[in-house]
This record gives sequence, structure tokens and C-alpha cells, in this order.
Amino acid sequence: MLALTLILLPLIGSILLLLLKGSNANTSKNVAIVLSLATFAIAIYAFCTFNSEMPIEAKYTWMKDLNINFHLGLDGISLLMVALTAFLVPLIILSTYKLSYKNHATFYALILLAETALMGVFMAKDIFLFYFFFEAALIPVYFLAAIWGGKDAPRITFKMFIYTIFGSLFMLVAIVYLYMNGGTANIEQLSVTAKLISPTNQNLLFWAFFIAFAIKMPVLPFHSWQPDTYSESPTPATMLLSGLLSKMGVYGLIRIMLPLSPVGVANWGLFGMVLAIIGLIYGSVIAIQQNNIKRLIAYSSFAHMGLMAAGVLSGTLSGIQGALLQMVAHGINAVGLFFIVKIIYDRTGTRELSALGGITQKTPALSIYFMIIMLGSVALPLTNGFVGEFLLLKSVYDKNVWLGAIAGLTIILGAVYMLRLMQRSMFGESNKVTAKFKDVSGTEVAVLLPIAIMVILMGVFPNIFLKITEPAVNSILQMISSK
Amino acid sequence: MYPIIILSITGLVTLFLGFLKSKKILLPASLFFVALAFLSNFIDWNKPGLYFSDMLESNNLSILFSGIILLSAFLIMALSKGFIDDEHAHPAEYFAILQFSLVGAIMMTNFQNLIMLFIGVEILSVSMYVLTGSDKRNIRGNEAALKYFLMGAFATGIMLFGIAMLYGANYSFNISTARIWLEQTQVATRPVFLYVGVTFLLIGLLFKVSAAPFHFWTPDVYDGAPTIFTTFMSTIVKTAGFAAIYRILEVSYSPLYNFWWVMIIVMAVLSLFISNITAVAQSSFKRMLAFSSISHAGYMLMAIVGLSNKTDSSIVFYSLAYSLATLSAFGVLMIVSQEKLIDGRPDESINVLNGLSKKNPFLAVVLAVSMFSLAGIPLTAGFWGKFYVFADAASRGHIWLLIIAILMSAVGIYYYFKPIMAAYMKDGDGENIRLSSFYKIILGFTTAGSVLLGLLPNLVRELL
Repeated sequence: MLALTLILLPLIGSILLLLLKGSNANTSKNVAIVLSLATFAIAIYAFCTFNSEMPIEAKYTWMKDLNINFHLGLDGISLLMVALTAFLVPLIILSTYKLSYKNHATFYALILLAETALMGVFMAKDIFLFYFFFEAALIPVYFLAAIWGGKDAPRITFKMFIYTIFGSLFMLVAIVYLYMNGGTANIEQLSVTAKLISPTNQNLLFWAFFIAFAIKMPVLPFHSWQPDTYSESPTPATMLLSGLLSKMGVYGLIRIMLPLSPVGVANWGLFGMVLAIIGLIYGSVIAIQQNNIKRLIAYSSFAHMGLMAAGVLSGTLSGIQGALLQMVAHGINAVGLFFIVKIIYDRTGTRELSALGGITQKTPALSIYFMIIMLGSVALPLTNGFVGEFLLLKSVYDKNVWLGAIAGLTIILGAVYMLRLMQRSMFGESNKVTAKFKDVSGTEVAVLLPIAIMVILMGVFPNIFLKITEPAVNSILQMISSK
Repeated sequence: MYPIIILSITGLVTLFLGFLKSKKILLPASLFFVALAFLSNFIDWNKPGLYFSDMLESNNLSILFSGIILLSAFLIMALSKGFIDDEHAHPAEYFAILQFSLVGAIMMTNFQNLIMLFIGVEILSVSMYVLTGSDKRNIRGNEAALKYFLMGAFATGIMLFGIAMLYGANYSFNISTARIWLEQTQVATRPVFLYVGVTFLLIGLLFKVSAAPFHFWTPDVYDGAPTIFTTFMSTIVKTAGFAAIYRILEVSYSPLYNFWWVMIIVMAVLSLFISNITAVAQSSFKRMLAFSSISHAGYMLMAIVGLSNKTDSSIVFYSLAYSLATLSAFGVLMIVSQEKLIDGRPDESINVLNGLSKKNPFLAVVLAVSMFSLAGIPLTAGFWGKFYVFADAASRGHIWLLIIAILMSAVGIYYYFKPIMAAYMKDGDGENIRLSSFYKIILGFTTAGSVLLGLLPNLVRELL
């Protein structure tokens, strides 16, 4: 029931919003925030009462003759992602409080619809249900990005849509193939079937899944949709994409690809890691040279996703645990950073780094928040990025020393581009553009403060999260190893 | 059985209603007749049996196919309000012909004798030839009718030739007898014209469902015919055609699977390739839908390739999902294209949809859902339709066919999105479009149906 409520609440919210289409913008905002906060409250309740011995499950018949069920489950991994989603969506909605979007009811309805689908993805225990929500999450975000985006948005988001759907069609073939072999759609039961599949076909399965998830994250060389989409979309859509939708890719790697093509991962995992790490370096180097701050953060996001993919592909406890922790950290940081970009853009009308400078003199508060989130992003110890990144690097190092050494460069490169961003925009002399920069307002603090608190909290007590996910990760590792 | 009798009578009644001064009664009367036929269709549910000296067989599958045909016919007639019931046209004749054509379509779903199949195909086709050319002032419509008639007559001829050969091989027109004969004879002693007969019969039927390489008439005919009859062609003719193909192959010739599967697979692949690649370049929405119709014939052939005990419900589901989505799409096109006339003719290019989300948000949603469904995106019926036919093909181990189909679906998504982008992201000129509540109910029904079946496909799937 608890699991179902998490899906139903945002869904009810979006339906309610569509019914209230004629009302004014404040009503829409309030309905959206109330329902997303209610979802958050339930997620917190689930988080606090969680017992890894007795994971929450809910199973409803969906298609009887095909043995496909509406099967939801909340184990440690799911719970972490659900909590992240429930935490970020209210913040994303709150971040739009100062602006009024045209067709506001539809706008917020789409955000809540995306939340519904994300909840579904993170809780699905049936592989078709997973696929169903995986695709369903894209549709509202596509419309958000395309309708409320910049001038070039229709063309760019269309590219994103085709790209990601194209990838997930490969996954569909793989799913149908596994389902035909196993006669069940339950992911855990399928992992038993998967072991009986010949190595050649397992390799194909690996690629089918990897391409689908790699496009979503994205991992090199499937990333070409990402920077344009991130920079052209309206900020809430960018936050959803970078903070949550990209996590569906990593989650899919952990939840679907590892158990369902173990031999494929063993054969090709290293190759995937090499791709991911090349992407990591490539993304960081480009980020260093970016002048547009939104693009800069888009590329840094791309780099971070690469490291997470590499960690998962290593197939070790520390890799997966690190990836999970980093997913949460990166989700929070990305939303924070994109929000700060939005604040800067709203006030100065520019995202060009060269035009900015000296914002600190006008608003020290903003630069403090920025500093905290930025330090989380560059993985300074005692911030949320550190533990995840450390675990990830360790897992890559264990797999291959050279790869580990190259991946380690990310710490330096990350610091370079983030500090460059901080220094060029915040410090120095204020100029014409930034001279009238207003201080952060109440709703902006309401978004930035929880994020800043989480950055530090997760950095100091990472064990809260690691403890919750460990049993679930171990059970996945068992699925892979036991012959 | 009852729909055939009812529609034959009501068709004649409708002709006589045409003598009345007021033509207003024709549409409600025809809707009532079709609704009556639809309801009477289900009297025989769970009561399979042979009728008219073993000429027709009624079973749950044929009842479902007839149900889809009659439902689509009802919705199409309802959408025709204001298009063919004006005083200058001859609405009585159109409505009568539509009802007669339904008799033919229903015969194609439950024939037990090849003669009945032929009669059904002819009744349906001749009606369609007439309706295609019904807009006499439109030169493209005349061209389309002539083209359709010539090609169609040719295809029917080939089909009849095939039926004759099958009679020579089986000594019977009865399809169950043919099966018994087939199982009793040794492979070596089967005459060559058995195989030629099966091939010719299939060619005739595949022409009707516009599968490549017998699709050349489709774009021109769909484009030239009045949109309301194009809708009729792309939903009812296709459903009836696939019901017939499935029935003949399942009942009679499933032992010959090893013979015909190569042919069907080649046609499925050709249909998918030709239609999807060509549709990308179309600027006319109507022509794009014509190519999309060819591609859906390709997907449905995949279910035939995977002939197994679940194929029947896959085809039923696909037909229903496809019919609902196509009805919405053509319905939107019909309404929107009236807004802008080019040389006195409705503008049917994709550009006419520009800015639809502002001009009428309801129509834009209807259009988006129908395009999603045709593209096979989750949350819509089209996704499960595709899923079932893919699963059927996979169950026979045709993974390569599956991969081709998946690639072509990706291409499909590309062109199905063009109308959506036009509706939501481009600015259009012109006034807001006002919609009568009558259209709202019909289009709301097709859209809700697509979404409902997308969430709960079992509603239909479990009927069989």
C-alpha cells in the first residue's frame, strides 16, 4: 500500500492540476507543492521505518495470461532513489515559485507526472513494468523541455526523444527475449534464467541493455543529445533530466543489466568502463573551456555520470555502493547548481561566464550556498560527493590500476572547472551586468538551504545511506556470482 | 450471424429513406442500424456454430473481429456528420453502401467456404471503389477510384484464380475439409497447384490490407478519397483483411507453415521498410497516414509469421488499437483541414496542424495520444499491440525480424512526432477551432479507449 501511495499521490496531483486548468497560477503552484510534499512525507516515513529484513512489497495482477504483474518493491536501493525523487521534486517546484509559466497547470501537472513515472521506475520489480515507467518518464519531460524551452528547443528535444526511445527499443528486444526464455517477468526470477543463456547471447543482451542505459545517463559516445538539451530546456526540466532521469540509467545498470547479463558484464564490462572513463575525462576537459555556465554544468554532469557507470560496471560492492551514494549526491548537487545558474540568469540575463563577476559583493549569501554545493560537487571530504567518489575510484582502481589512475584525474579536473566557475562568476570586481544583483529571496533560500544541509549531512554521515543499501546490493552481487 | 441479416435489410431501408424530403434522419437512422448490428453481434457469444449450410461459421474470434469492424463503422459514421450528409450529395446512397460494405467485411471474418470469402471481398471492395470516387468534383478522387478499381479487380482476379486452384487440389471450397484433406495426404503427393493456390489467395488478400509489394495503390487512393472513406478503408478493410488472412491460414493451411512463412516474412520486412522510410519524407498528413497504414500491415504480418495459439488475440488487439488511433488521427485531420482551403479543397498537409494546441487544446491532445499510440509508446494501446505481435514473432525465433521491426519503429517515432511538434511547438495562423460536443464525445471515446487499453490491455486480451 505504501509503495502504491508513492505512485498515486503525484498522479492524483497531476490529474487535479489538469482539472483546475482555469485557475490562477498560485493555485497550481500550491497544489503541486502540497502533493509533492505529501509524497516526500510518505517517503520519509518509509525511510525511517525501513527494515531490510522485511522489504515492502505490493503485487497486483496486471496481465494474468502473460504472467506480467504490477509488482512494486522497496528494498534499500529503491528506497534511496525514491527518497531522492521525493526530496528533489518539491525543490524543483519551489524553484519555479518566482516565475509564472504560461499554461501553468499543465506545466506542474507534467512535473508531477514525471515524478509518478520515476517512482514507478525505482520501485518496479516486474521487468515490463520497469520498461513501461522508464518510457513513461520521458514523455512529460519531453513536453516540458520542448514547449517551455528556448527557441531551438523543439529541434533539440526531438533529437533527445528519438535518441532515448531508440535506445530503449533495444532494451525492449532484450526484455522480450529474456521473457520468452524464462516465462516470467519478475526480475529476480529472470536472473536465474539469465545464467542459462549462452555467452554469445549474453553479450548481445549486455549491449542491448548498455546502449539503452548509456543513452539515458549519458555515457560516451551516446552523449551528443545531452549538452544541447540541458542548456535549451527550461531549468525545471533540466533539473529533472540531470537530477533524476539520468539516474534511471544508472539504476537500470544496477538493477537490470548486472543481474540479467552477468556473463556479458564480465566479458564487456571493462570495455564499458573504458568508454565511461574516456567520457569522464572528455567531459571534464570540455567543461573547463565552457563559457556558458549552463553548458559547463551539463558537461560536468556528463563527467560524473561516466564515473558512476564505471563503478557499476566494475561489479563490486564498493563500486555499486559508491554509485548509489553518488547518484544521490549528484542529484542534489545538480539541482542546486542549475538553480544557481537560473538565479544568476534571472537577474543578469546572461549565462556567459565572461560577462559575470563580483556577485559576492552584492550577495554573500548566494556565494556561500554556491560554495557549499560546489565543494560537494568537487568531492571535498566532509561533503556529499566525497564518499561516493572515493568508493567509485576505489572500485575502478581494483579492477584496473591504470584506469583507476586516469579516472583519478577527475578530482583535479573537477576542481579546475568548478573553481573556475566560482571564481569568474562570484569573485573579482562587479561590472555593469552584475552591479544591481539582488540578494537571495525567501523562496530561493527555501530551495538552497535544504540542498546545502544535505550536502554537509551526507558528507558527515554517509553511513545512514550506505547501511540501508548494503543488504540490497549484496543480494544483487549474489545473483551475479552464484552459479 | 445477425449483423449480416440486419445490415442487409437496413441497407435497403436506408435507400428508401432517401426518398424522404428531409435528409436529417439518415445519419441517426444509420447510426441506429449499425448500433443494432453491433449489439446483435454479441448474441452468439460463446455459442459457436455453422450457418447457412456450412457457408459461415460464427465463433468468438469472428464475433470480436466483427465487433471491431462495427464499432469503427459506428464511429466513422458519427464523424461523418456535416461531411457527407449535405443536401447536394446523395447521403442515402452513401449510408446504404456503407452498410452493405459492412456485410462484406463481416463475411470476411466468419467465412467457412472460400466462395463466401470471395463474395465478402467483392462486396467490400466494390463498395469501396464507389465511395472512393464519391466526390465527383474532385479530380484526384476520380483518379484514385479508377486506380483502386483497376488494381483491385486485378487482385480479386488473382485471388479467384487461387481459389479455383485450391478447389482443384482439395476438391472442396470448405476450409475445414481442406485442412482434413491436407492432413491425410503425404507431402510428396500434394499437387503443385495447391501451393500456387495458397500463394494467389494470399496475394489477393494482402492486396486488400495494402502490404508491400502490393501497396502501390495505397498512397494515391488514400490521398484522393474523401477523408471519411479513407478512414473507412484504413480501419475496416484492414481489420477484415487480416481476419480473413488469419482465418484461412489458421484453419486450413497452418500445416503448410514451412511453405508460406518465408513469403509472409519477406512481405512484412518490405512493408516495414518501404512504408516507414517513405513516410519520413511526406509533407501531407494524409499521405503520411497512408504509409503508416502500410507499416501497420507489416507489424500485423509479424503476428501471422508467429502463428501460435495467442496470435488471434494479438491480431484482435492490434486491430482495435490501430483502429482507435487511426480514427482519432483522421478525425482531427477532417476537422482541422476544413479550416483552411487551398483551391477549394481542404488543406491536408502537416502544416495545417500548426498551433493546434492553442486553437483547440482538446484536438491537440487527441492528436498526440493517437500519434503516441500509432508510434507504440507506452501508456497507449499501440504499445501493447506492438508488444504482442513482437512476442508472437519472437516465439517462433525470428529475432532478426524483431530487430528490423524495432529499428523501423524508431523511424516511425520520428515521423509520428512531426504532427505533434506542429501542434504544440509551432505557431499557426487562423481562428480558434470550435468543436461541437458531438465530435468531442466521439474523439474523447477513441482517445480514452487508446489510453485505457494502454493501461489495462487485459480488458481485450482476456476475451479470447
